[in-house]
Amino acid sequence: MFKTLLKSVREYKKYAIMTPLLVMCETILEVVIPYLMAKLIDEGVYEGNMSNIYKFGIMLICGALLSLFFGVMSAIIDSKAGSGFGKNLRKDLYYKVQTYSFSNIDKFSASSLITRLTTDVSWVTMAFQMAIRNAVRAPFMLLSALVMAFTINKKISLIFLLLIPILAALLGLISSKAHPVFKKLFTKYDDLNNIVEENTNGIRVVKSFVLEDEEIKKFEDKSQEIYNLFSKATRILAFNNPVMEFTMYSAMIGISWVGAKIIVNSNMTELTTGQLASLITYSTQILSAIMFITMMIVMGTMALASAQRLTELLKEETDIKNPENPIEKVDDGSIEFKNVSFSYAKDATSKVLNNVNLKIDSGSTIGIIGGTGSGKSSLVNLIPRLYDVTEGELLVGGKNVKDYDLEVLRDSVSCVLQKNELFSGSIKDNIRWGNENASDEEIVEVCKLAQADKFIESFPDKYDTHIEQGGTNVSGGQKQRLCIARALLKKPKILILDDSTSAVDTKTDQLIRDAFKNKIPNTTKIIIAQRIASVQDSDKIVVLDDGKINGIGTHDELMQTNEIYREVYESQTKGKEE
Amino acid sequence: MDEKRQKPPVNFGAFKRIAKMILKKYSKRLILVIICIIISSVVSVKGLSFIQVLIDDYIEPLLLDKNPDFEPLKHQLFLLACLYLTGILTSLTYNLLMVTVGQGTLKQIRDTMFTKLQNLPIKYFDTNTHGDIMSRFTNDTDTLEEMITRAFPQFIKSLASVIAIVVAMVKLSAPLTIIVLILMTSIFATTKAIVSRSSKFFMNQQQILGKVNGYIEEMLTGQKVIKVFNHEEKTKAEFDALNEELFENQYKAHRAANILMPAINNVGNLTYVLIAIIGGYFAVNGILPNLTVGVIASFLALTRSFMQPVKQVSSQINSIIMALAGATRIFSLIDQEEEVDDGYVTLVKVKEGNGNFVETDGDEGIWAWKHPHHTGETEYVLLKGDILIDNVDFSYDGEKNVLEDIYIFAKPGQKIALVGSTGAGKTTIANLLNRFYDVSDGKIRYDGININKIKKKDLRRALGMVLQDTNLFTGTIKDNIRYGKLDATDDEIIEAAKLANADSFIRRLPEGYDTVIKENGAALSQGQRQLIAIARCAINNPPSMILDEATSSIDTRTEKIVQDGMDKLMNGRTVFVIAHRLSTVRNSKAIMVMEHGKIIERGNHEELLELKGEYYQLYTGQVELE
Repeated sequence: MFKTLLKSVREYKKYAIMTPLLVMCETILEVVIPYLMAKLIDEGVYEGNMSNIYKFGIMLICGALLSLFFGVMSAIIDSKAGSGFGKNLRKDLYYKVQTYSFSNIDKFSASSLITRLTTDVSWVTMAFQMAIRNAVRAPFMLLSALVMAFTINKKISLIFLLLIPILAALLGLISSKAHPVFKKLFTKYDDLNNIVEENTNGIRVVKSFVLEDEEIKKFEDKSQEIYNLFSKATRILAFNNPVMEFTMYSAMIGISWVGAKIIVNSNMTELTTGQLASLITYSTQILSAIMFITMMIVMGTMALASAQRLTELLKEETDIKNPENPIEKVDDGSIEFKNVSFSYAKDATSKVLNNVNLKIDSGSTIGIIGGTGSGKSSLVNLIPRLYDVTEGELLVGGKNVKDYDLEVLRDSVSCVLQKNELFSGSIKDNIRWGNENASDEEIVEVCKLAQADKFIESFPDKYDTHIEQGGTNVSGGQKQRLCIARALLKKPKILILDDSTSAVDTKTDQLIRDAFKNKIPNTTKIIIAQRIASVQDSDKIVVLDDGKINGIGTHDELMQTNEIYREVYESQTKGKEE
Repeated sequence: MDEKRQKPPVNFGAFKRIAKMILKKYSKRLILVIICIIISSVVSVKGLSFIQVLIDDYIEPLLLDKNPDFEPLKHQLFLLACLYLTGILTSLTYNLLMVTVGQGTLKQIRDTMFTKLQNLPIKYFDTNTHGDIMSRFTNDTDTLEEMITRAFPQFIKSLASVIAIVVAMVKLSAPLTIIVLILMTSIFATTKAIVSRSSKFFMNQQQILGKVNGYIEEMLTGQKVIKVFNHEEKTKAEFDALNEELFENQYKAHRAANILMPAINNVGNLTYVLIAIIGGYFAVNGILPNLTVGVIASFLALTRSFMQPVKQVSSQINSIIMALAGATRIFSLIDQEEEVDDGYVTLVKVKEGNGNFVETDGDEGIWAWKHPHHTGETEYVLLKGDILIDNVDFSYDGEKNVLEDIYIFAKPGQKIALVGSTGAGKTTIANLLNRFYDVSDGKIRYDGININKIKKKDLRRALGMVLQDTNLFTGTIKDNIRYGKLDATDDEIIEAAKLANADSFIRRLPEGYDTVIKENGAALSQGQRQLIAIARCAINNPPSMILDEATSSIDTRTEKIVQDGMDKLMNGRTVFVIAHRLSTVRNSKAIMVMEHGKIIERGNHEELLELKGEYYQLYTGQVELE
């Protein structure tokens, strides 16, 4: 797992390696400085030796300056390494997601992908930054302080060996008690946020039912629960400081007692008073290093879950790949389904499409009718290889879709999805998705084709009108027509409209179809619709039912032969005459 | 433009307000906390300086003694152990006490914010992004948590320690203390310089992080469209640019923050050396008589411990900056002006007696408006659902009118349809009727009473609403329908669901009415959500309502069911329908065709067809209706 994530370090590798080195130098100085301070007191101040004071003073100044230098350097380099890793990791994930096929995206769902690329990335970056700085620093500090302590006096230093496991055990106990409470707390937090979100989105409902007070009560109940859990968790953590103080003070008393005895009994030969003072400093360093290590472990476990989720993304392989020697050109817009079956999951028991055989001539117009869940969208999604067929073969322009270069195929097969998305930016920007280099004239042309030109011209900013995220500031019908225009700009050989004119009025719908017929006669057009009127004049209409083709024919033929078609037709015309 | 709107990143006023909040509620507890902190800090300072006592008062004399007696030292250590124990206990006490202070304050802030949220005018929600409102409850409150529970006690502790140390220093040598203090100010200056730099970068970082996350959100939501248009490379390039910007700012922010610690640390070390040299010089040359070698050594130990609290505070400084930025945002929400409600006409239940109406609290009463007049007498007007919109103008920004000269009346039980393209002003009328916004000019009367005089809550109770976006809440289907009437029995709920045509699909769900709805009913179809919303309104049983039809494509069969449900709901009520389908409009008493905030045609279906105007064109499909 870590190997996968650490690949993102790349050009920041030298910084990531330098950081611990610099931190090590810094740590050494942090250990040496108290040693020099002890010397200065023992051999300088106590002996009234001014030259020694100057000697150690200058050494100390050099030490401090060096320490400052290393500290600042490591701060700079460590920030670079951490932020750089974060940047690369985010980039790698984003690039990875771009390779995903539709089924990969379905597997994770958009919202889960978003959380992973935002929250999880922050956690992992933070843990990484902490690790390169402190994973080395704390143990190294522990080690060098211990070594220094043992060089000064072995007997006293045994006190540390006694206290370290006690402190580690106590701190470990505290975290292990607090951890499950925090975990529970996070889910409650989600609940609370959910209430806020629902209330912000549904404020009109709350206000019109005059339920402000009830919602406040609902919120306060949750908030009370969070208060309780949070208090419980922090109450456990409140023991951290006293435990730390306890060990620190125990060390103090132990060192004082044993130290005093050694000094007096050996008459300063085994231990000097100055050394005793430095031992106290080392005890602080040793114990706080232990505290740091436990903190790191706690943070590490919290970031672990995020790291796992990110690894999952990075390891996910797209199931639709370019073939080895791809065909670079789609000859014409003919389509042929040969015994095609399809299911979303590989081991699914029920098939979404079952043994479909269908031949569509280049340049013809095909309508597809069928109830919800009959497999209409699945059928057309196979054509630009948004999904791969499970069984059978699908030919476009006489060749298997799997043999084409994906980009070439998708440029030739333009698909207006059922769930349309517009992006924040001007109308022009949005249409240009179809072809980045399109001239303004070309844009106007496709908008005219899609019957969008008229309403765009009625906006004050015309083609430069800003579209809000998700296209919320245009009406449903307008959004659909912009999406059609965008798809037309690709100048595709095959155009698929997946229920893309449902919000457009019948008259405009008709105008769009007329425009298709006259202006792009050579493009194969596949139209999925709920309204019979939208497909009535197609060359061929396919009736889908439960993943199977129930009937194919012209409107008149189907009215004669197909029961489902007739029923739909009647229900729709009856409604009108009422 | 964004920069102009942004307030200064760090506002210390927010800090004061939080302190005030804490003081008000927890003053006694806080005094105890502060006492404990002071004791615990004094103990830790004593502990740090004990080593000098040990050397000077015990070891040195014992060294000279031929038969060293360790008993006094033992005794002294025992006393020290007791002192330490007190320190540990007080430290535990204040840590535990602070839990309640910290979490209690956070709870109070959360609750205040949410209560505020519920009382804000709709305008606030329309003009602020929901993500931004959300983040005040999440990110911003989290940063406060850190500050109140950790940084605040740390700060007091450090302050107490600094004072204790300075007192100890002055006792030893006043002149040396002055030198130390002068050097310390240089530390504060360094800190301040670095902090003000890093706080700017931190704000930038947060802002760009928001931008990057926003971009990721938008693009990944539309990821399928990206695939269909082979747009991968383009979006990668856009992403890279943003990501690089984030990197730059993140790097600078962290760099500035990380430099702080080594800087303070080593300025401290240099101070130590200077004091050693100056003090040593004084002592060796006997310039100041009472400055002995032992005093210098103790003083140096104090100088070292002086650095400890300073370091601790500075390590918290970034979290304090972030918390203040968060607090500023939180208070800007709390300080928003609330929706004012100076209505005095209320909805009450009355009973007829002796030709007059008498208020009653029983179930048998009927609803009426209680209208206290200036003259002192109280008039009761029966709730009927008679609505008059009388020459109303409206403007959102005070400049451009979105509605002009709107005159519509609806007698009880009549159905009025509003027809027109997006932006024509239909939804605005709905917003005015239940006073989500207030008219700029003209009047709206409900049962003859100016709605400005009616208490908003009562007005809204008398006016049901089914919106285009059906917002459902987490909970069971039953809970969601009960939203319309909190004390509804299960039978009433089922009855309402039946009326709305929702009963049959609900029964087919595995858990029936107890099916839990999550994420605004993501597991249900658009049509099903709509049916639940209709049932919710039906159980509320208002005499009048506003109905905004759904535009999204639901399949023909469901569409029919939804339409039937709506028709049943409308029966016998005064209804304003914002129509998206002309089939629903035909049987309206009157149809208002709107354009650019004005009613351009009015009449019933037949009249309007005869007119051969805009409505005729709409009806014959020559013009698109949304």
